Amino acid sequence: MSQARTNLFSTIKLAGEVILGKERQIRLSLACLLARGHLLIEDLPGVGKTTLAHTLAQLLGLRFSRIQFTSDLLPADIIGSSIYDREKGSFHFLPGPIFSQVLLADEINRATPKTQSALLEAMEERQVSAEGETHRLPTPFFVIATQNPSYQIGTFALPESQMDRFLMRIDLGYPDRDAERQLLTGGNPRERMSTLPIALGTNELQALQSEIGEVHAAPPLIDYVQALVEQTRHDRAFVHGLSPRAALALLAAGRAWAFMEGRTMALPEDIQAVFPGVAGHRLRLAQGNGHATAENLANLIERTPLP
Amino acid sequence: MKTRKHAEPLERAAVPWLLTCALATAAPHASHLPVWLSCLVSGVIASRFWLWNVNKPLPSRWLLTLLVIAATAGIALQYRTILGRDAGVALLVLFMALKPMEMRWRRDAIVVVMLGFFLLLTHYLYSQSIPTGLWLMTAATLQTATLVRIYGGSQPPAIIMRKAATMLAQAAPLMLVLFVLFPRVSGPLWGLPQDAHSSRSGLPDSIEPGSISDLVLNGSLAFRVRFEETPPSNSNLYWRGPVMDEFDGRTWRPARLEREPVPKIDALGKSTRYELTLEPQNQRWLLALDAPAALPPDAHLSPRMQALSRHPIRARSRFTMQSVLDYRAGIEESASILKLARQLPAEGNARARALAKSWQEKHHNPAAIAAEALQLFREENFIYTLQPPLLQENSIDQFLYETRRGFCEHYASAFVFLMRAAGVPARIVAGYQGGEINPVDGYLTVRQSDAHAWAEIWVAGRGWQRVDPTAAIAPARVESGIADALPAGESLPVMARVDLGWLRQMRFRWEAINNSWNQWVLGYNPERQREMLSRIGLGEIDWRGMTALLSVICGVLLAAITMWTLWSRSRLDPAQRAWFRCCARLKKLGMPRHPWEGPLAYAERIAKSHAGYGEIALQAASAYANVRYGKGNPLDIRIIAAATKRLPNNWRFT
Repeated sequence: MSQARTNLFSTIKLAGEVILGKERQIRLSLACLLARGHLLIEDLPGVGKTTLAHTLAQLLGLRFSRIQFTSDLLPADIIGSSIYDREKGSFHFLPGPIFSQVLLADEINRATPKTQSALLEAMEERQVSAEGETHRLPTPFFVIATQNPSYQIGTFALPESQMDRFLMRIDLGYPDRDAERQLLTGGNPRERMSTLPIALGTNELQALQSEIGEVHAAPPLIDYVQALVEQTRHDRAFVHGLSPRAALALLAAGRAWAFMEGRTMALPEDIQAVFPGVAGHRLRLAQGNGHATAENLANLIERTPLP
Repeated sequence: MKTRKHAEPLERAAVPWLLTCALATAAPHASHLPVWLSCLVSGVIASRFWLWNVNKPLPSRWLLTLLVIAATAGIALQYRTILGRDAGVALLVLFMALKPMEMRWRRDAIVVVMLGFFLLLTHYLYSQSIPTGLWLMTAATLQTATLVRIYGGSQPPAIIMRKAATMLAQAAPLMLVLFVLFPRVSGPLWGLPQDAHSSRSGLPDSIEPGSISDLVLNGSLAFRVRFEETPPSNSNLYWRGPVMDEFDGRTWRPARLEREPVPKIDALGKSTRYELTLEPQNQRWLLALDAPAALPPDAHLSPRMQALSRHPIRARSRFTMQSVLDYRAGIEESASILKLARQLPAEGNARARALAKSWQEKHHNPAAIAAEALQLFREENFIYTLQPPLLQENSIDQFLYETRRGFCEHYASAFVFLMRAAGVPARIVAGYQGGEINPVDGYLTVRQSDAHAWAEIWVAGRGWQRVDPTAAIAPARVESGIADALPAGESLPVMARVDLGWLRQMRFRWEAINNSWNQWVLGYNPERQREMLSRIGLGEIDWRGMTALLSVICGVLLAAITMWTLWSRSRLDPAQRAWFRCCARLKKLGMPRHPWEGPLAYAERIAKSHAGYGEIALQAASAYANVRYGKGNPLDIRIIAAATKRLPNNWRFT
């Protein structure tokens, strides 16, 4: 096993010591990052969204910045702005917090749509344009956004097209009894976080990302991905089925998951493991205002026999 | 290992499907069930739905038993029996409603569906029309969909319905082959129990003023005719029904005859061949075109030249007949029939008698006497109407001298009376006149509203001659039909009206469809079958040959389906086949794989629940995963096969 791979597993282990009882979510987040995707964490305040994002940045040794989204946040507060330099007699660009390797966009749905779209554009293009100049963002570049469930007051729900920019959406949920007890007796996770070593170097991360591209996806697996996507398109419970972009995301995330399971080929099980994360926020329910529930997603899987 | 017995609980979500089935199959029976039973049945189904909705337990066995006994007693009281069509269907409907009340297991649900299929069949005992067929097709799809739902798990209803419809569509070729080739017996498609023959409207067997005009208000179908060549003109279409020769002063009826010879009919022109499809009327009349020349095997000609079948027509039946429009008949008519045709009541209608006597003295020629009578109708102020005033005693005199308003039976009756009083043998013929050609399929449609009465006089040396006095007053009646002949403003059934062009077109079309349904689906009898088979080159085939052919075709169809299934299985790659074999073995050991479950996940599940087989399953699963999803060596298939062999292979007969 390569050093990078060993370090990946120790990353998972170390993160598990900070965020207790959430190994599955940690693995999903890492799979998302390894598949070069942005991550959306949706849950109630106080269940550890920010801690998870912070821990991952810390363990990966990446330059980290955090923006707390509010309703009066402006696009320039994220991207940066041009300032007049009196000495040189010209404008020069002062980069905003987005110029980092991991951007934690906290409570993204509290900002106005205009600000949201500035961020989401940068996520897609991996560059920002200001005053006619294009500035490339550093690599790797991840956005880990958190949002509160949209029924909370004072939120602007992300439009569908922008939800699609996130490779995965995960929720954390309440910790189980043991984990919560450990949390209550073991001291502040933030303190433990500050002592975390860098477990996976940037070069190693990039090596792993390219290794994931080599995880074998056999024709029967592609058939399965197609069958699953097809199933969402025929289901009247949803407004639309999954897009081809979502199908690509599903395959990429599945490969990353297979890689983390220590396999050189992706299996239907891997696709099924990442399916709720990849499809959940992309399938809007035809009735009511929400997105597909865990039950909907499990049902979709159960209705799709393996080809 | 303990075998599981039918104890699979019924999914909650399948209940509405089953209740919809119960409703769909029972509801159309409501039209002929007693009201209390319909209310009971809908109440039971509604309360079952309510129980489902609020998730309450089902009623106790005691309560249900009590309900069954009470309702069965009610049915027995209502019908005075629990056997026969009506009572039997009522019981079935009752059970259909009550069975869901004790529906707990999957097996109960299957009973409900099967009962539903059976109940569907009973609808054909009441109606065999196209709408019934369509409704039953829909209900059968719903039943099949319910089976799919019960066994196939939760899916969107549209997908379930589509699956069921596909399954039925796949069965359609087999159905068609069975329909065409299954050996037929004579008689209707469905043998109806005796209590199915209620009174039918049709020609009366006696005529008094008003008996035909009542019938004319009835727009229902009497029969349909297909001519082999161009149909004769409307004024030649006299469909001969009962002949009335006995008059009691008010009512005309056929006299009771001793054995009489059948009159000889000489054709003067060429004969017309046609096929007549008679609606059930519970009479023996075949209503052949005047005068019948060749009759179907089961019919004979009466002494009054009427075509009669051996048995009353109780189901829609088809007859091929031949008639001559230009004929000479009964030149040597027997004395007793001629005597009947001269008979009059001893007294009454003195003025008419006197008038006839004056004609008799003036002319010696019967034809001239008849011409006098027709001239009287034509020249005096007689009116043809559906709403004549009521006639009292001396009805003929009253009609001829006072009211002068009447329908065909008044004119025929007065005419025959006058002829007899003048010494000319005469009688009334009832039947239908004219008909309407449906431009869509070319069939001539004759309705009850085409009912008519005309007269026949006997002339020495020329035999019986048809005289239609109505034609003298209202020539349009005979030339173009009843609607044109009546004064404007008289009400006629919608079906006989000629205005409303688009409605007429729709009606023609619908009737043509209905007629083909009757001719080819309901009337698919041994002859039709022979005709059909000779069209496809199987002319001389008896029922044995047909059965053999049927078995061969069904066998070939089934074999083709089997081959196709086997072929699609052989399309599986070898690794998949080996893996499925392994899964089948594990399934027999009580660990079935879900169709959506990946190999490793399956093996891990087995390892958790049946530790003994976990290792074998994991071996096979990872070998399979390697070959199918990885770049594994095809030789790994042997690992799957070897692992499979290590699993015990015990057959369970359940």
